[in-house]
Amino acid sequence: MLKLNINGQNRSLDVEPDTPLLWALRDELQLTGTKYGCGIAACGACTVLLNGAPARACVTPVSAVVGQRITTIEGLATTKTESKTAKAVQAAWEKLDVVQCGYCQSGQIMSAVALLATNPKPTDADIDAAMAGNICRCATYHRIRAAIHDASRTLT
Amino acid sequence: MRIENASRRDFFKASAGLTLALYLPSALAAKRPAAVAPPLAPNAFVRIGTDDRVTVIAKHLEMGQGTYTGLSTLVAEELDAAWSQIHVEAAPADASRYNNLFFGPTQATGGSTSMANSFLQMRQAGATARAMLVSAAAELWQVKPATITIRQGIVMHAPSGRQARFGELVEAAAKLPVPTDIKLKEPKDFVFIGKHVPRKDSQAKINGSAIYTQDIHLPGMLTAVVAHPPRFGAKVKSFDATRAKAIKGVVDVIQIPTGVAVLGTNFWSAKKGRDALEVSWDETDAFRLSTSDITQQYKALLDQPGVTAKKVGAGETALKAATQQLTADYSLPYLAHATMEPMNCVIRLSDTHCEVWNGEQAQSTDQPKLAAALGLQPEQVTINMLYAGGSFGRRSNTQSDYPLEAAYIAKAIRKAGQPAVVKLVWTREDDMRAGYYRPKFMHRITAGLDTEGKLVAWQQRIVGQSILVGTALEGFIKDGIDMTSVEGAANLPYATANLDVELHTPVLGVPVLWWRSVGSTHAAFAIESFVDELAHAVKQDPITFRRQLLKEHPRHLGVIDLAMRASGWDKPLAPGKADEKRGRGFAVHESFNSYVANVAEVTVKPDGSFKIDRVVCAVDCGIAVNPDVVRAQMEGGIGFGLSAALHSEITLNEGRVEQSNFGDYPALRINEMPHIEVHIVPSAAPPTGVGEPGTPVVAPAVANALFSATGQRLRQLPFKLNAVEKSM
Repeated sequence: MLKLNINGQNRSLDVEPDTPLLWALRDELQLTGTKYGCGIAACGACTVLLNGAPARACVTPVSAVVGQRITTIEGLATTKTESKTAKAVQAAWEKLDVVQCGYCQSGQIMSAVALLATNPKPTDADIDAAMAGNICRCATYHRIRAAIHDASRTLT
Repeated sequence: MRIENASRRDFFKASAGLTLALYLPSALAAKRPAAVAPPLAPNAFVRIGTDDRVTVIAKHLEMGQGTYTGLSTLVAEELDAAWSQIHVEAAPADASRYNNLFFGPTQATGGSTSMANSFLQMRQAGATARAMLVSAAAELWQVKPATITIRQGIVMHAPSGRQARFGELVEAAAKLPVPTDIKLKEPKDFVFIGKHVPRKDSQAKINGSAIYTQDIHLPGMLTAVVAHPPRFGAKVKSFDATRAKAIKGVVDVIQIPTGVAVLGTNFWSAKKGRDALEVSWDETDAFRLSTSDITQQYKALLDQPGVTAKKVGAGETALKAATQQLTADYSLPYLAHATMEPMNCVIRLSDTHCEVWNGEQAQSTDQPKLAAALGLQPEQVTINMLYAGGSFGRRSNTQSDYPLEAAYIAKAIRKAGQPAVVKLVWTREDDMRAGYYRPKFMHRITAGLDTEGKLVAWQQRIVGQSILVGTALEGFIKDGIDMTSVEGAANLPYATANLDVELHTPVLGVPVLWWRSVGSTHAAFAIESFVDELAHAVKQDPITFRRQLLKEHPRHLGVIDLAMRASGWDKPLAPGKADEKRGRGFAVHESFNSYVANVAEVTVKPDGSFKIDRVVCAVDCGIAVNPDVVRAQMEGGIGFGLSAALHSEITLNEGRVEQSNFGDYPALRINEMPHIEVHIVPSAAPPTGVGEPGTPVVAPAVANALFSATGQRLRQLPFKLNAVEKSM
């Protein structure tokens, strides 16, 4: 049994230690907001926060995250540490109707929250650097940039 | 899916027939439990509950294009509902009620037809419900229906001050006969159409609660990961499952027609099992050509006359008499759709029933195909249409490839008396290597110009696989011409007295499929690049040159003029840094009856690298029902087109697909996304599609901009293969 702290709750999991966090979340805990896109940390759809920093859950074995604070899209708006930034980001995403197919957007939002947590007033270049690991095949990038700026204005 | 380019005539023909579809009794209403007050469900598309909830039943797949919002807008408009009370429900597979009016009796989403074919149908649906609510209120209040108004979901009788919510009238309204003489609103009275409404799917996709096929979890469900053959056309010779079965969580290993499936209690065990599996393949009939072989074949075909797709005038004679003659070849690779959600499908199979969960784009294809494979009747196959994590054409496959694979697995593992529940998951690598690509294409265009720079002849020879050959739609190939291979060229808008379009349709073992904007993906690149070459050859401004050849095409001219104005084309482009070169390029193209023009601005650095700074887009899609969705589709279409322009290419090495994931099949990332401005031509014409037409225009616009900056002409996609020369 592995004990993980996910969205502020302690969860016990009976999985192989090499299981990527992504599949533990999705298949064992039915936290399906974190998405599978590539399995090699190339697309960012599986982005979660580990102690507030973005991490690709598809290449992170569960055994490596025991004792760490794991935040997924489901817990983003309610956990103590990220909720303020998260709410601003999600409100901006909704205001600007960023989403299209939506499959990558959990990951996009996790990366955006992590960016604003460390850099509340990012420039376009900062946004490009922080968000370049998250692919969106619908290419909603134009609105992602605008939404991060919008959230930044709310927060600062 | 696109069967034919629906003309304006088709539009009206289709809309005239909608009464039939609309007034068929709603099976949904019939199925409601008797205990609850019956909702008002006057047709197959609208249901209003006593709780005021208006449910719009969407017949089209929401794959990002915004159709749930679009269809809701049409209903809300005629119903005068409040936007917040509108909820969307996916329609079941039932072509008798949910057929695409542009595709005859077929239920499917594609060809950028969702809004166009639904425009009157969904408005009628909303207006019918409205009329019944008004009648119910009139009877209740003993007033004339004409004195009743509805605004934001509140039914009002102003003279008496009486008002009611929809829910309060539902019971009485449901007892009334469904009216047939419904009058739709005049455009001047629109409150939703043409205005901004928030997307219906935003919230769920922002908080992680939106359910895609990948997220379905059912009791007793096993996850299947499949070992596919390394080459197209290869088959399983034998396999050894010993190592796979030793993996904890692996439950079963079975051979299916498409490979060997490993079933696990979760994805990770099934994936590890699949990777541990040893399969020996029979590659006797496998496809073994390399990309270089195919390129060589296609090049040879470019020198041979093809099948005539279009012939006007006497091109050869006109070419001989021309003052100037130009020829150029253009080359475009195989492309994967690479949707963010790799293909997957959930099936629950019992003795008498198959229930499917899928990002379902082609019910009328998949339902009978699955039924036949499972020995069931089509009506024994029910399909849950879920949000799709992108499609770009991939999920509408005449071969039903991945749903059938899921069905084969379910059938193989099912034990008598208990249902088999299986989730088929393709990894990214499986998805990229399992085929169904935008075909590789080559174009050769030759044109003649007279002393005044007028276009006296245009000859275009096209080489590429047909996406219809060998499918149920093969009948649409007429006289050897698959119209999807020559669209954009056979209907060339540029005025010329002599037009020849020829096609070679090589048959190869590489599975091909439509890909966002289909034939226009390659036609627009070749044609719009070449027109730019012609303009430069006669030393004319590329837009001026086009305008004089498009005098008979007012909607082309409309987007050209709007893009020109909005981009500041008449002013010189601001220079870059001292060692940089800047350029501006233009392209215009009609696809799916929508017109799109792009002005692209680029900056080229001394090392040959370049950045696309800005794209100004003008679109004419008739009435823009949801202007913000139209803008989003143009932005996304441009980004999708840029992925193909800059990066995407599927290549084969002796038949094996060389790409596997986003590392070797890169997609556009945010740092490459230009600033985009979208401008919509005001229009009263019936709405046309926006999902696809945004894609084909940007690659030629960028190629033309790079030429303007550097004098170098890039005729091959993706550009990375022949990057701008470094010596500046």
